[in-house]
Amino acid sequence: MAGNNRRRKPATANRVSAYFLHNLQSLIFSLGKIYQAPATTIMTVAVIGITLSLPGGFYLFLKNIDAVSGDFRSSTQISLYLDLKVNEKKARGLEKHIVSMDHVASTQFISREQSLEEFRQSSGFGKSIDTLSSNPLPHTIIVEPGESADTFTVRNLLNRLQAMPEVEIAKLDTEWLERLYTIIEIAKRSVVIITILFSFAVLLIIGNTIRLDIQNRYQEIIVTKLIGATDAFIRRPFLYGGVWYGMLGGIISWLIVEIGYIAISGPLERLNLLYKSDMNLITYSFQDFIVLIASSTLLGLAGSWIAVARHLNQIEPT
Amino acid sequence: MIEFHNVTKRYPSGFEALNNVSLLLGDGQMAFITGHSGAGKSTLLKIIALIEKPTRGQALLNRINLNTLPRHRIPYLRRNIGIIFQDHQLLFDRPVFDNVALPLQIQGYRPQEIAKRTRAALDKVGLLHKEKSLPITLSGGEQQRVGIARAVVHKPMLLLADEPTGNLDSVLSREIMQIFVDFNQVGVTVLVASHDLGLVEELDKPRLTLNAGQLILNDLDQGDVGGHDGWQ
Repeated sequence: MAGNNRRRKPATANRVSAYFLHNLQSLIFSLGKIYQAPATTIMTVAVIGITLSLPGGFYLFLKNIDAVSGDFRSSTQISLYLDLKVNEKKARGLEKHIVSMDHVASTQFISREQSLEEFRQSSGFGKSIDTLSSNPLPHTIIVEPGESADTFTVRNLLNRLQAMPEVEIAKLDTEWLERLYTIIEIAKRSVVIITILFSFAVLLIIGNTIRLDIQNRYQEIIVTKLIGATDAFIRRPFLYGGVWYGMLGGIISWLIVEIGYIAISGPLERLNLLYKSDMNLITYSFQDFIVLIASSTLLGLAGSWIAVARHLNQIEPT
Repeated sequence: MIEFHNVTKRYPSGFEALNNVSLLLGDGQMAFITGHSGAGKSTLLKIIALIEKPTRGQALLNRINLNTLPRHRIPYLRRNIGIIFQDHQLLFDRPVFDNVALPLQIQGYRPQEIAKRTRAALDKVGLLHKEKSLPITLSGGEQQRVGIARAVVHKPMLLLADEPTGNLDSVLSREIMQIFVDFNQVGVTVLVASHDLGLVEELDKPRLTLNAGQLILNDLDQGDVGGHDGWQ
């Protein structure tokens, strides 16, 4: 082999740095390709962004619902409607007994008269109430379970209170909450399903874009194969192309959701004023943002990997 | 360098491009493959360049059996070969310099080394002043010389050229052939397929003539493949 002594192969250290250099070059080269074809890129990236903004938006919606319902959770309370025959003195004695029980944080006594007065004011039936011969409302004790009490202890407490002879009805105000939580749970699972489906959609979009990209650069692939490029070398710019698509799509979806957030926050403030509540919209946290961009980038990589694996090996010089 | 033992190539269509071809091309030799179009010249080069595999018989390059070479090793073997195409196969989306530098980038050379060798190769074919031009702005002869620069930039042991002067006039053709002779004189093995018999005769190099897939003329000294050839 006369040629061998003339060939100076790059040293190993140089090869390693050249490997990273080529990775960097591919990264920049693929970005340059994207820049050279702005229309295609913008369309692809916009489709990815819109696709990802749907699960992203749902996720934020749930995050907000969770935050609001968290406030409700701490307001679990038991209302004790006492027997009408129990007089106020006895009722106040009962309240003192209950407050000393385990898992009870506080109690509040509402006398029959107070209840009636409140009802008169809030219901608008003032005149009809005046026609009643006697007060139909019982004394009421509101029991606030301790914060450490879980659902089971609260249920136990409820049963103990219900068993007291003075108590006509013991009512736990959580049934509607449990329904709400179930609905939220359903919504959460729906978001998981939507996220999986739309991730697949993004995978397909990126895969298809990269497939077209491979077709467009058919000639280049043939030539580089003929002059000794390895599959890894040829694959690299396409993989980085997918990474860029994914990353940019993630950023677009973030922007879409943030713009949606700004659009909603105006009316919400008015709603807050009307309800005298202080609901605050939660937007993406920094961590959410990182997770969003990282997963969209990964989707891009996976999508391009699938396209490359399927189509690149089929291209051979003839 | 190149050994063919009873190589037959039959394409899936049933067309037999090579029929029982045997030949030896030693290190540092230069030879022409001649014959009509369809005689099997391109197929012979394609087998050496690992684009096609023989249907029967054995083809060896540097004593490596090309029939059984695993796919992942093909790129590394191709790096020892410089291939020149009739239609140049340049990439039109990047300037001349980047086209010529491609084999070095693929092999992981450092940028300074790439720049040095690329300019040297361009200088050799007389196109150093065109390094920033896009290939589309060059004439056919210039494009072919860019193709040659790309084929030799990584100093391959073997140069393969398939009809390199196919579309060029006789003056340009002679220039291109002279470049191949120059490379051969510094030790590169050269195999050129050409149907330009006049030019081939002028250069006085051994000929392999194919007709309908059969080797009907072989000027190479098949007993002496060491490289010290009487005909040079």
